[in-house]
Amino acid sequence: MPAQAFNAQVRREQPRAVILDLHGEINGFAEEALNQAYAEAESVRPDTILLNFSDVDYINSTGIALIVGLLARARKQHIPLRACGLSDHYMEIFTITRLADFMGLYGDEASALASAPAGPAKPSESA
Amino acid sequence: MGSKRMTSLLNAFTSLRRRREADTTKKPARSSASRVIMPSVDIAPDDPLVEYLVGAPEPVELKQLHLDTPAVRGLREAGVTLIIPLVSQGELMGLLNLGPRLSEQEYSRDDRRLLSDLATQAAPAVRVAQLVREQKSQERERERIEQELRIARIIQQTLLPKELPDLPGWRVDAYYQPARAVGGDFYDFITLDDGRMALVVGDVTDKGVPAALVMATTRSILRSAAQSQTSPGEVLERANDLLHPDIPPKMFVTCFYAVLDPRTGRLAYANAGHDLPYHRRGENVVELRATGMPLGLMPGMRYEERETSLAPGDSVLFYSDGLVEAHNIEREMFSFGRLMEFLGAKANGDDSLVERVLAELAAFTGAGWEQEDDVTLVTLERAERPHDDASHAGSSPAHLASDEHWSSIDSFTVPSAPGNERLAISLLENALREITIAPRPLERLKTAVGEATMNAMEHGNNYHAELPVEVEALLSGGRVMVRITDRGGAPMHEPELPDIEAKLAQEQTPRGWGLFLIKNLVDEMRVTSDGTRHTVELIVSREGENHASASL
Repeated sequence: MPAQAFNAQVRREQPRAVILDLHGEINGFAEEALNQAYAEAESVRPDTILLNFSDVDYINSTGIALIVGLLARARKQHIPLRACGLSDHYMEIFTITRLADFMGLYGDEASALASAPAGPAKPSESA
Repeated sequence: MGSKRMTSLLNAFTSLRRRREADTTKKPARSSASRVIMPSVDIAPDDPLVEYLVGAPEPVELKQLHLDTPAVRGLREAGVTLIIPLVSQGELMGLLNLGPRLSEQEYSRDDRRLLSDLATQAAPAVRVAQLVREQKSQERERERIEQELRIARIIQQTLLPKELPDLPGWRVDAYYQPARAVGGDFYDFITLDDGRMALVVGDVTDKGVPAALVMATTRSILRSAAQSQTSPGEVLERANDLLHPDIPPKMFVTCFYAVLDPRTGRLAYANAGHDLPYHRRGENVVELRATGMPLGLMPGMRYEERETSLAPGDSVLFYSDGLVEAHNIEREMFSFGRLMEFLGAKANGDDSLVERVLAELAAFTGAGWEQEDDVTLVTLERAERPHDDASHAGSSPAHLASDEHWSSIDSFTVPSAPGNERLAISLLENALREITIAPRPLERLKTAVGEATMNAMEHGNNYHAELPVEVEALLSGGRVMVRITDRGGAPMHEPELPDIEAKLAQEQTPRGWGLFLIKNLVDEMRVTSDGTRHTVELIVSREGENHASASL
């Protein structure tokens, strides 16, 4: 199983939502690219940031820690963080770690964006 | 008849003649003339004179002999006038050579008859004397060979292990029977610093003292290399490079070198042209195959390194060619095929594997077998049930899993480098491809193994790439176990229980999820350490129903 280098593209799908399309493996090597992409996303002061995991096939505990770091950052800036495209296994991991309690998990991008709040984000929003 | 023999006879005759002359010292008038001593004359066995004398065993006056050969010329130059052949049973034993009579007269007919009678009497006596001398010479040669064989045996038996290793949960056995000529077989057990045991079986070409000396040198080199090199392939590589400059021409050493971890059953090995050992599991027998040239043939050789895992009940037979090349009275060879077939047959009774192989060999060769070559057997047998030696309780992974019979499916190692947990996951997937396991427990196990491997590489081995993480997959009915072992030795540090709210509030580091994930993804986790190595055992149900999901 060759390692897949991580990269992330920032995409604005709606005026107030920014999507981060994540590709590859989320581990310690992904830290710089992930944080850069997130910084770019938050720079436009969106109402929602959506992490799209459809093209991610591996997340280890360091990757979980990176996502926890993004979530902490988002909560500090009152930007709701959502996730879509997680496999059943990583949905379970997000549940075990209680990440699911603090970020909305959606099956796909459309349903995630459809449920995006119209107004300003609430700091305590959960799925 | 050799020319040396003939020369000796001439000398003996000269001595006799001298003694006889000495007895006549009371007759001074003649004594001065009798002091002439004839020089030795060498007569080649193929000189025509020999054939002539055998055909006409009578006194011969040289001046009447119409034969011009090197022997005849030599005799004439030595002043010989009359030769009397000593012939016994149609073989020329020697010559009585006489110079001119002291009276300066010709030898009379009576003289010649007397000398002929003397030759008739002397020839058998000379023959007996020669046989006695030959016998003594052969006896001395036999004694020399026996002495050499005694030395060779002493060298070999002094250097073979005096005791067998005592490994809880294992039965180690060895047998060595030198042939009369003493070949160069050897075996050795080397205890390594990390608790593993190296096992060597080898065979030096040639026999006797030269083979024993090369065996002694090889043993020392291997012992030294075993302590300084970490892998079997490197040990053989080092041994070959050290041995090659000093080994006598046309000699080499075949050698199988294996390293057993008695706690996990993992056996790493490399081979320098030796007969392949057999690994027996139930009725399946496979060769432990690895390629490599014999030691001492060429410098700079590389040795393939392989690894297998010995499950409870498994055994391995290491042996030398004296076993498989033994012949019975019909000149049939015992052969690899017969050995393999025998090993695969169901064993009865409590005899050890060595005892059973020897009984099979004896049945094949029959009584009165003259052993042609050294026979060496070394066996490793892992107990069917894990041992209950109290001194090892809690320190052995095998002991931890004592309630179930675990069969090893596969084992592998990964170097300790960031990201290599993905390699471990990939190899685990490959190892489990023939096992029916539901997707959910499989995914959980993969993630748990990845996290445990990360811990082992980072905290156990400090990301030292030369310290591998060992991974072994085992099966017991409906459960799969994966053992992950590092060289950290110390028990795993239990991190603070991750609290997502504290992390989001930045009161806790975002990290520290690994052990938490492992515990929540597998049915059972066991941790053990022996001070040198640290092992984590992760167990999941193949159906997944036993797992208490997300026990937060």
